[in-house]
Amino acid sequence: MTIETTGSTEQDPSPGEDAQVGQSALWPADSDANGAFSDRPAVCEFTDTWYSYGGGEPAVEDVSFRVRKGDFAAILGPNGSGKTTLLRLALGLLKPARGSVELFGEASSRFRDWSRVGYVPQRVEGLGIRFPATVEEIVEQGRYRGFDPLAIFRRHGQKEVLDALEVAGISHLRSRPIESLSVGQRQRALIARAIVGRPELLFLDEPVSGVDAVGRDRFHELISSLNREHGMTVFLISHDIGAVMQGATVCACINRTVVFHGAPHHLTGEHLSELYGFPVDVLLHDALHEHR
Amino acid sequence: MPEIFQFDFMIRALIGGSMVAILAPSFGLFIVLRRLSLIADTLSHVALMGVAIGFVTSTYPTFVALLATTSSAAGIEQLRSRGRLPGDAALAVFLYSSLAIAVIVISKSSGFNADLFGYLFGTVLSINDRDLWLIGILLVVVVLFVASFYAELTQSAFDQDLAHVSGVRVTATNLALAVLTGATVTASMRVVGVLMVGALIVIPVLAALRLARGFRTALLLAIGFGLLSVWIGLAVAFYADLAAGGAIVLTTVVMLALAEAIGRLQEYVVSRRIRGSTDRSDLETARPPDVALDADKD
Repeated sequence: MTIETTGSTEQDPSPGEDAQVGQSALWPADSDANGAFSDRPAVCEFTDTWYSYGGGEPAVEDVSFRVRKGDFAAILGPNGSGKTTLLRLALGLLKPARGSVELFGEASSRFRDWSRVGYVPQRVEGLGIRFPATVEEIVEQGRYRGFDPLAIFRRHGQKEVLDALEVAGISHLRSRPIESLSVGQRQRALIARAIVGRPELLFLDEPVSGVDAVGRDRFHELISSLNREHGMTVFLISHDIGAVMQGATVCACINRTVVFHGAPHHLTGEHLSELYGFPVDVLLHDALHEHR
Repeated sequence: MPEIFQFDFMIRALIGGSMVAILAPSFGLFIVLRRLSLIADTLSHVALMGVAIGFVTSTYPTFVALLATTSSAAGIEQLRSRGRLPGDAALAVFLYSSLAIAVIVISKSSGFNADLFGYLFGTVLSINDRDLWLIGILLVVVVLFVASFYAELTQSAFDQDLAHVSGVRVTATNLALAVLTGATVTASMRVVGVLMVGALIVIPVLAALRLARGFRTALLLAIGFGLLSVWIGLAVAFYADLAAGGAIVLTTVVMLALAEAIGRLQEYVVSRRIRGSTDRSDLETARPPDVALDADKD
């Protein structure tokens, strides 16, 4: 298997120099993924986290890592590796069996300040049965700020909704029924829904599965720009390594436990072989060359 | 004045039926979207158990049914949300156990078979003032609930996890929805009977979903289809001397067929328009299919 990824091989230290392999060598408390000192606060932190469904084999085993404010964190791993379980733990949808998961310094199961968090799921339960909502109505849902007895009378078209639609590149689809959109367009609508409240931290669970290659690239460009230009911290689950590496600033490879954790350009074939269980070659594209 | 309005029992049937026609699809929309249509059927069997116990203990049967359905709805929701049983399995447990209790209670007593028949197939023509008051109070509670918690209900219907991350108290919303569904089932039971109560909750909603593009439109259309079904069904039953419950439910099916026909006609017209645009090599101006009502647009 050959995986193509991007990175500046001329300027960066040799791959693996400060990458950390295995659960025992995780982000030190006072350094970021590149090993440099960082005083950026952690917005999402797993500490010795364990979880198993129905008391069976652990789906997540002794995982520890943190995502700091401003990071674009890509969580990679094969199917069934526990990536989505980690995300559900982070969102307080599951409680860890052991260890802790914190959002903005508070246990995720008790976290209530959801205006700081956006979420784009892989699939939505309500779609597929003629869900009666326009794109605008779905994006509007992202502005929920607690009980509002007059919500049924509220009009659409507030500036925030229009802005979010524009950032997601789907202003022209605002009046279309959500069910009439393509998979890629739906995911953009869900991005708009997630960012309309201007969250600090954006979780995405394999948002481009089922989207074609061109759509995937554009989608990853959008996520990168949300991170770089809008300052959102991104926690992206994916198995599309090459595409993710274009924008990610840190990377965690998960196979029930942390296999690799560090800057994306330090990810080697050795790490990926350990992750996927078979030999993997990594072709590093020099981003600088590509732009010449 | 038409003959149908000259009888007190018909006036009461129209008032009671209209209130139920607003109640049932209001909840039905959220239940159908959450793929829980079977809950109406389950709770109607629980209501039957309540009616049987009410008869045996000489208590107001509708009131006992109301207690049984609301408490069972809460129990089903608890089992489902805690993951003890999958959603449909929890429904099956409640459906069959309450039906078994109803059968046993009925078999051990005698003398109310005729009344029981009315509860099974609907007794809207013999609806009394006490029933009207009960349905009226429920209607006020339900309308206030749906209007006040509109945002929470639509978020939960779209996706439970997304709703949670938006800050919606999903468990509490689901519990309230389940309990009030139990109450709605009990109220609807008087109009179309235990065996057909699910139809009034589900079928007008399906008709509305065929045509509506926005959530508010769907809600209003579902209520509209419910009201039309009750009014037309009662009129047909009155003039043709048919069972009112059956006539109402069959009318909901006709409404669904009508909605399907209108939907297909709209699709046909739009596809013709697009084909016309294509023939004129005017592909850029061809709009995507736009086949639904557009009442939610600003």
